[in-house]
Parts: sequence; structure tokens; C-alpha cells
Amino acid sequence: MELLGRRDLWWRRLIVAIPYLWLFVFFALPFLIILKISLADPIMARPPFSETVSADNFIFLLNDKLYAITYLRSIVLAAAATVLCLLLGFPMAYGIARSTPAVRSFLLLLIVLPFWISFLLRVYAWMGLLNNYGVVNNLLIWLGVIDQPLQIMYTDFAIFLGLTYSYLPFMILPLYATLERMDLDLVDAALDLGASRTAAFWDITWPLARPGVVAGCLLVFIPAMGEYVIPYLLGGPEAMMIGRVLFDEFYFNRDWPLASAVAIMLLVILVVPIVFLQRNQAREAESAA
Amino acid sequence: MRRQSRLILTVLAFGYAFLYIPLVSVVVYSFNDSRLAAVWGGFSTRWYGELLKNEQILDATFLSLQIAATSATFATILGTMAGLVLVRFGRFRGKTLFSGMLTSPLVMPEVITGLSLLLLFVTLQQLVGWPGQRGFSTITIAHTTFSMAYVAVIVRSRLAAMDQSLEDAAMDLGCRPTRVLFDVTLPLIAPAMIAGWLLSFTLSLDDLVIASFVSGPGSNTLPMVIFSKVKLGVTPDINALASIFILIVSTGLVISWLLLRRRTTAS
Amino acid sequence: MSQPDPSFIRLQGISKHFGDFVAVDNVDLDIGRGELFSILGGSGCGKTTLLRMLAGFETPTAGRIEIDGVDVTTVPPYERPVNMMFQSYAVFPHMSVEKNIAYGLRKERAPAAQIAKRVDEMLELVQLADFRRRKPVQLSGGQQQRVALARALIKRPKVLLLDEPLAALDKKLREHTQFELMNIQDELGITFVVVTHDQEEAMTLSSRIAVMHKGRFLQVGKPKEIYEYPCNRFVADFIGTINTFEGTVTAVDDDGIAIESTDAGTSITALGQHDVAVGKPACIAVRPEKVFIGRDEPSDSSDIRMRGVVDDLAYLGNLSLYRVRLASGKIILVSQQNRQRSAERYVEWEDEIWVSWRPRSSIVLVEDR
Repeated sequence: MELLGRRDLWWRRLIVAIPYLWLFVFFALPFLIILKISLADPIMARPPFSETVSADNFIFLLNDKLYAITYLRSIVLAAAATVLCLLLGFPMAYGIARSTPAVRSFLLLLIVLPFWISFLLRVYAWMGLLNNYGVVNNLLIWLGVIDQPLQIMYTDFAIFLGLTYSYLPFMILPLYATLERMDLDLVDAALDLGASRTAAFWDITWPLARPGVVAGCLLVFIPAMGEYVIPYLLGGPEAMMIGRVLFDEFYFNRDWPLASAVAIMLLVILVVPIVFLQRNQAREAESAA
Repeated sequence: MRRQSRLILTVLAFGYAFLYIPLVSVVVYSFNDSRLAAVWGGFSTRWYGELLKNEQILDATFLSLQIAATSATFATILGTMAGLVLVRFGRFRGKTLFSGMLTSPLVMPEVITGLSLLLLFVTLQQLVGWPGQRGFSTITIAHTTFSMAYVAVIVRSRLAAMDQSLEDAAMDLGCRPTRVLFDVTLPLIAPAMIAGWLLSFTLSLDDLVIASFVSGPGSNTLPMVIFSKVKLGVTPDINALASIFILIVSTGLVISWLLLRRRTTAS
Repeated sequence: MSQPDPSFIRLQGISKHFGDFVAVDNVDLDIGRGELFSILGGSGCGKTTLLRMLAGFETPTAGRIEIDGVDVTTVPPYERPVNMMFQSYAVFPHMSVEKNIAYGLRKERAPAAQIAKRVDEMLELVQLADFRRRKPVQLSGGQQQRVALARALIKRPKVLLLDEPLAALDKKLREHTQFELMNIQDELGITFVVVTHDQEEAMTLSSRIAVMHKGRFLQVGKPKEIYEYPCNRFVADFIGTINTFEGTVTAVDDDGIAIESTDAGTSITALGQHDVAVGKPACIAVRPEKVFIGRDEPSDSSDIRMRGVVDDLAYLGNLSLYRVRLASGKIILVSQQNRQRSAERYVEWEDEIWVSWRPRSSIVLVEDR
């Protein structure tokens, strides 16, 4: 610990206190409020919730089959998108990490670029591709694969494609970071000692890339679970995901307590992956330092 | 000198096609004269013209840019402080909570962040009468909160990579810690702060969900206007808007990439 | 010891091109069984590419590689009787010392009992028995290198390839490791091929050295041959320091040649037969330690002699180094052993002195291709 004068100590406390207070008021406190309101009842008033405390909302959520199905559908779609992102993202990250430095920086630029373009507009772009008169259907008809437009838009498949497309860069970047750090001699050493290319991959590359795989999968899965825009724009009216249910309960039904309960349930599902991710990142930061 | 396997090259090509075909198709269709996406009505720039006449979109754009600039500035200040605290301030009580609160917004689903902030604002209004009306200020606060996490992460990695002996040297030469901060540390992390500001600006401009929760009647940001239009299906003027976005972002990124590349090859 | 076999490893017309770049250019080389052979050269000379072709990581563009009479040119690395110790050591960071060492035998699907026995032997050989369960991050650089060595030796390869084996070690450890490597090589009788950019490392380790430059071998020979009889200027410069004198040939006969050098301001002679002609330019060189320095004119008139002024000197304990400025302005380097203890220096700054050397110490250098 450095030696500090009185004035400097005061500065120091200020630098800690300002962001600390901000985060506490605008991030931590709201969660306590969500928890409180999830236990309230909806009433016709401003604001639309009572001061009472009951577990009614949670009991309702747990007993209503529709919500269970929605949670399940969200998990399945998010997981499927995560798997496809990994299958696509791993070879891509590997290819980028193994290309020459000049090419590599350009390939990375192309991965990062979509980040900076509005998410909403990128999802919107798929609407033009997937609808009955869209590019994909026109192409398939022109190729003679089908003669009637295929219903792709407003299906779970469209959501799945949209999730994969939107979150693919989140998979590639952490994977790239670990693969790029990896010493290529390690794979050569395994080959030299008699491992086949496949064996060298599973013995060396895969275990060493695991922190990147974990980070990538969680960075895709967690936000995909709560996704609102993609199911709204690409999915059908009955193809609900949990983020959309939450938003609709709040926005259209004005049932704030139920929306809060839905949010709490979503958090409960996500708390394990989020903690897992944070620990993974902390370990990574440590080993990189 | 190692060659790439054919499988990897194939997946790379496929992956990039997957990422870029939607963007290219939007740009192509933005020049379609026909109102219907299904028919190619010839080349035209009329949708760009109509976009510029649409007052609703222009107003929303102006509001969004204001919010983005304000929240990015706050987020950069707060995020830089947070990054400094994490890397240079050693251990202190509550540090675990601090870093947990700081990095959680990065992964928190937007619907949860949005709802929780709205409920906070509503509760505050009941208790202290502020904020009287939801709009510019509440959206700015919400965006600042999640953007500062991104800034903190960028600043943290820059600080961690930086040689602390530079700061020690300044101290050794007679600088008080406060002076060191302004004379040495901040200039050195300035690139990270700029990157953080730009990212915060983009994130704010991009956000639909959180803004929808915390905005009040009458204050519609650009994404909210876009969303209300595209909910109903593909519209040609949004194609034009998307193309403008794509053009601005790709030009900006390619220029900064070229500048960066020249600087790294020069050194 | 195994049978002497002068062409245990045989490279015939090996070339490697990367696009337009020629990394290795039509190289022929025979390495004998049990040799400790070094390939010496600067960065980018093609030595690492050559080593990677021996290991099987690169396929030659042209030519043929034989090991122990078997053509291995297109055999993949995992089927060659060759193992490698990498410059970065490439110790698998997620496996313990034991697991690292056992890896090669595991991949061979050797019986567990045999693996255990051989791992014990190897741990003994590299003196890491106490560290068997450690992870590589818990080891020092020198220990990691031993793990890499044990791991490469456990399959009892016919050839062990070593890429810059001492480059990452500090000076003390280098000397220790150097002798240890030589002992292990002696004990196991495995043929070692070392790639290095460090001439000292090559000189002390090897039984023979190949000096490589721009994808070709300039000279192959014993360390002493290469030092005392470098075949051209590049080799002479690359290994040790040397003073060179340009001049015009004035006499050639069966016993030697003489050149007139304006740099030296005198005639310089060299012994032996050389392919030069009277009136043509030539270059004669001499190593600093072959030059004598003195206040008085040397008596032997057959010595090459010239006058100079001590420009700079450095006392290194066992040696003294002098920079001597000749009348022409040329600087030459002289090193002298400090054979006797004395508080006073024999020669001081700005002293006018004589430098001289024997004609048989002169080296005639042909130009590079």
C-alpha cells in the first residue's frame, strides 16, 4: 500500500465513492425493488401495484402451463442457438487466429463491425430475407428447390436463425482471444509425440480453449434467454420467449407485479450461468496478468 | 507459414456470408423503387428523400443523438473512475460487491435491467418526487449505467497492460498522486476512454428495450420509432435508414482500422 | 554404442519454397549416427524450416529425406522416429509433469506398466522425480526445459531435434544445461540435431556444424575447422570476430600468396594454395587472438608487421582487448591473454606499438557467391 497524504486520501475516497454510489442506486437498489414489487398485487392505480406482500404471482407462474412452456422454449431456443454459434464460431475463431497478422486484423474488423450497427436494424434485415416474398424464398424458387414460398418467417426456426446471427460475434471474440494466445508449438509437439490431428485437437486445443468456450457460450446463452426484439420481429404471435412475455405483461397488460415475478424467475434461471461466467472471466483475467 | 485446412476456410467463408448477406440485401433493397419488397421496381434513391422528410424520424434521431452523447460522456467519466478503482486502488472493503455490480450489467438481459430501472424511477417519484417526468433524463441515466460497465472493462484492460512504473516514476519525480492521475495516467488511457465513449454512444443509440421501459409519453428515441414501424413488416424507408447506418459505421471503422494499421506498421 | 553410420540422416537436394520465397535451397547433408550436429545461422536463414522438415511439419518442395535408410520425406510427424524439443518448450500447460512425459507413450497405446516404468526412468534422467505431480506453471524455465527433453526422449527416438535449446536460459544455467545435454546424448547414443543462432552454443555442443545462410550451407565441418579455416567472409564474420584486409595479389606460388594492402600499408602473406591470380583483388583476414602486440619491432622478418596506436583498451580479467588504429586509419582488434600478474599495464592508451602475426595465422577469404 502506498503512503498517502490526507488530501490524496480524500481524493481517493471520492473516486471510489462516486461510481460505487451510482451503481448501488441505479443497479443494486432496483433489484430489491423488483423483488418487493413481484410480491405485490396489481391494482388500477398509478403506480399500478399494491403495498401488500404475497407470493400469489409466483404461485400463478408456477401453476400456469403456458409460462412453463415459454420458459422451456426460451431455454431450448437459446441453447440451440448457443450450440450453432459454437459450431460455427469455433472454426471461424480458429481460422482467424491462425491467419497472417494483416489478414487477421481485417477478419476481426469484419466480426466487430456488426456490433456497431444497430441491433434492431440487423434483426430487421432478416425480415427482408426470410419473408414469403423475401430473398431466401425467391432464391429457392428460382433454383427450383421449391415452387411455393416456404413459411420461414414467424417460426421458431426464424428466431433460432436470428439469435445465432445476432450473437455469433459474442462467441467468436472470446474464443479468438484464447486461441490466439495459444502457443502453436503445443499442437506440433503433440503431433511430434505421435498424436493424430484429431487426437491433438482433443488433447491440446480443446482443453486450452475451454475458458473461451465457456465465456462464449454464456455470452450467447444469457442474453439470448431474455431476448425481446428477435422473437417479436421474427417469431410468430404464439412463439413466445420469456423476454417478450415480460415486456408484454408490463407494456400491454400493465401487470407490473407479474412482470417483476417473471423477471425474478428469469434471474433465478440465469443466476448460475451469470456467476459461472463472472468467475470464469475473473480467472481468465488473473491468468492473463 | 502453416496452411489452413479446407474445412476451416469453408466455415470461415460460410460464417462471413451469414454475417454479411442480410446487411448487403438491406442496402440493395434500399435502392428499390417499388414499395413492395417482392418486386424490383428499378433503381431509385426516393426512399432516402422520403426519410429526410419524415419529421418523426428526424425528431427521434435528434433526441437519440442527444441522449447518446450525454450518456456516453457520463459513462466515460464514471467508467474510467471504476476502472481505476479496480486496477490501481488495491483491496478495499466492498470491492467484490463493487466489481460484481460493475460487470453484471454486461450480461444482464435488457428486459430485466429496463424493468428494474423503471420500478426504481417510479418508487423514487413516490418517495422524493423525482423524476417528475420520464424521458430524456431517465433514459440517459439508464444508458449511463450499463455503458459505464463497458467503459470500465476497456479502461481496466488498458490499465492492466500499462506499465505501473510510469506512474511510480512520476511520483518519484515529485508528483502528488492526484497530479500523477492527471499528468500521466489519464493521457495514457485516453485511447481507451475514447473507445469507451464511442462504444457507449453506439450502445445508447442502439438500445430499444431499456429505453422503452424508462421513457415516458412523448419521448420516443430512434429505435423506438423504428421498432413501431418495422413491427408491421418491411418498409422501404427503414431500408434506407439501415443503409445509412451501415455506411456510416463501416466508413468510420475502416478508416480507424487503416489509421491504426499505418501506426502499427510505422512503429 | 551403435555402429558408426556416416549417413544415418541423409538429405538429398532438399528445397522448400513458400510462394516466391525460397527458405531452403537445394541442400545436401549427411549426418552420422550418434552425432551431435548443429545447424548454425541467423534468423531467416532457413534453419528452422529445415528442422521442421526433419520433424515432418513441413513437406519439402523438392528432394528426399532418409533416416536410417528409410525414406521419410512424406511421412507425417506422428509416424516418424524423430522427436523434437521446441524452442518454447511447448510443455502442455494443462497436464502435470508426469502426464506431459507420458504423452508420447500414451499415444502409442503402450501398456500402463511400461509407461509408468519409462516415466520413472525419464524423471530420474532429468532429475525431476520430486516434481512429477506439479503443473508446468509451477516450474522454472530450466525445469520446464527438462520436462520437454524427457517428453521427447521417452519414445527413444532415433533422432532428437532441438530448436535453440539454450536460448531462453540465463548464462549460468546455459553452461550447466549444455554439458547435461552432451552427457545425455553420450549416454543414450541418440543422434542430436540442434538448430541455433548462437555460435558459442554451436561450438561447444557439437561434433560438427553446418553454417547456413539464405537457405544454403556455406560450410560444414568440425567446430575447429570452421573457426580456423572459414571458407568465406560470411562464415569468418559469423563465427567469432575477425580483422580483414583488402588488397591486390602481388605473388602466388605453391607455398602461399602475398597481397599489397593499402589498409595495412604493407604486404601481407598467407600460407597454402589458393585460387587467386596476380593483379586481382583478394582478402586476407586474421583472428584477434592470433595477433601479438608490443612496444618493440618484432624480430622475425617473416611475420606480418605493422605500426599503430592504441585507440582503446579493455581489461576483461583473463583477456585484454585492444583497438589499434593503423596509419591508414583502419582499426583492428587484438586480444591478448593476461599471462602474468602485474599492476602496471604493459601497453597504455595512445601508445605507439607494433602488431604482428605469423603468416600461417592468415586466412585467405574468397568472396561470397
